[in-house]
Amino acid sequence: MRLAHVLIAAGVLLLLPSGLQIFNAHPTLYTGETSAREQAWLQIGSRERGESLTGYLRLGGREIETTGVLGWSGPVGEREKRAFPAWTTLPSYPSLATGRNWHLAAAWLLGLGLGVYLVVGLASGRLASVLAPTREMLRPRAVLADLIGHLTLRFPPAEQGYNLLQRLAYLAVVAVALPLMIVSGLAMSPAVHAAAPWTGDLFGGRQSARSAHFLGALALALFFLVHMAMLVLHQPLRRLRLMTFGPGKDRS
Amino acid sequence: MTASRRSWLRGLSAAAAAAFVSACDRIAGDPGVRTGLRSAERLNLGLHRRLFDRRTLAREYPEAAISADFRANGSTNPSDLDYRALAKGSFAAYRLVVDGLVDRPLSLDLAALRALPARSQVTRHDCVEGWSAIARWSGARLGPLLAQAGLKPEARYLVFHCFDTLDPEAGEQGRYYESIDLVDALHPQTLLAYEMNGAPLGIAHGAPVRLRVERQLGYKHAKYVRRIEVVADFSHISGGRGGYWEDRGYEWYAGI
Repeated sequence: MRLAHVLIAAGVLLLLPSGLQIFNAHPTLYTGETSAREQAWLQIGSRERGESLTGYLRLGGREIETTGVLGWSGPVGEREKRAFPAWTTLPSYPSLATGRNWHLAAAWLLGLGLGVYLVVGLASGRLASVLAPTREMLRPRAVLADLIGHLTLRFPPAEQGYNLLQRLAYLAVVAVALPLMIVSGLAMSPAVHAAAPWTGDLFGGRQSARSAHFLGALALALFFLVHMAMLVLHQPLRRLRLMTFGPGKDRS
Repeated sequence: MTASRRSWLRGLSAAAAAAFVSACDRIAGDPGVRTGLRSAERLNLGLHRRLFDRRTLAREYPEAAISADFRANGSTNPSDLDYRALAKGSFAAYRLVVDGLVDRPLSLDLAALRALPARSQVTRHDCVEGWSAIARWSGARLGPLLAQAGLKPEARYLVFHCFDTLDPEAGEQGRYYESIDLVDALHPQTLLAYEMNGAPLGIAHGAPVRLRVERQLGYKHAKYVRRIEVVADFSHISGGRGGYWEDRGYEWYAGI
């Protein structure tokens, strides 16, 4: 399971920046099967305003200026027209080909890691015992206590296993978000779509699948940030040791 | 913390970040590393060939799904002189050459191409950049055309040589070309399309003849096809990786 976690983490950490590189090749998202202009719901771009260029993010009918981050970014004087800035993409310079090479290879790390995690986790009962919330946790009073604990940053001790919010977050990632990322990714493949058109239909068309893939990536990036913040806030060294060597070698 | 120390720290962290990014870029863009990454491509091709029926059709859409606006990428108006001359004469002098590992090399004008067994299909075109558009494509099926030419036993790939030079600075290697294997060549939806949405193919979309190889991304669908060369191996052609974009790092198998 720890090996599976490493594979999933490595996969996601490569997939996120290489995915942004791929997104930058066509920084518009649509609903439906095709990229008809009137179906666009998100667009990142840049435009001239007087003497200078400004970056923008258009969401539905609203437009937000994002100069320096989205659309038009980089050090002043060396700014570039690009949707996501250089520091978020793999590689940092624009190269759809390199981004795709990395994305399609890293997808195998995620696929293998998640496959092992779910098969071993279900077969060993670990998913049920470690990640499924217990009946006690779901009592209204316990739910409230867990929420208040999180809001005040006072977390229950790790010895009691994962707490309710942790279990729900981990379950949402391994059982919902990551499988949906894989299916929406496959839906965009013309060969997979020919053999299994349901992959596209599940999302309402190829461009909807692309939108779902992007939103899923955003959700996973947020999860990753909170996951790291929690690690740093709460006994980071002990957690890292547990994660790397498992409870067997934990003598603290 | 004093202001000078703060700016010094900021400079240090910026320098560290820049060093990290350039190290990442060096690894990410290294040709050897990228060749290693592309072993995933062989895995994908092998898996797709094994898992999916080789004759599975790409989805065909109703007429109403046809896109009002279909983008044209790559060359949209080739400036190559031989092509300009042909276009000026409405492609009356156009000949499609089929040669290489065939028993009977062919040279077909548009009327001969239109006389071949044809197919018409409304399919979705998926560009590697991420956009999609739907159109009706009509053209000669590649399978019967190859049967007419007669493939030699050692034939493995078809190389599509095109009229357009997409990168003039690269000389001969800047000319567009593509290649597919026999599984895709003999697929019922693989066409040499001469019509788009019921009208002769326009110049922006590859007039007079372009390849349709449904189940792969847009860059495989070579436009302005002038010659089909049947080969056992394409490593001696242009950059050696089987296509203009493949020579520039893209996957040869563009089913994903």
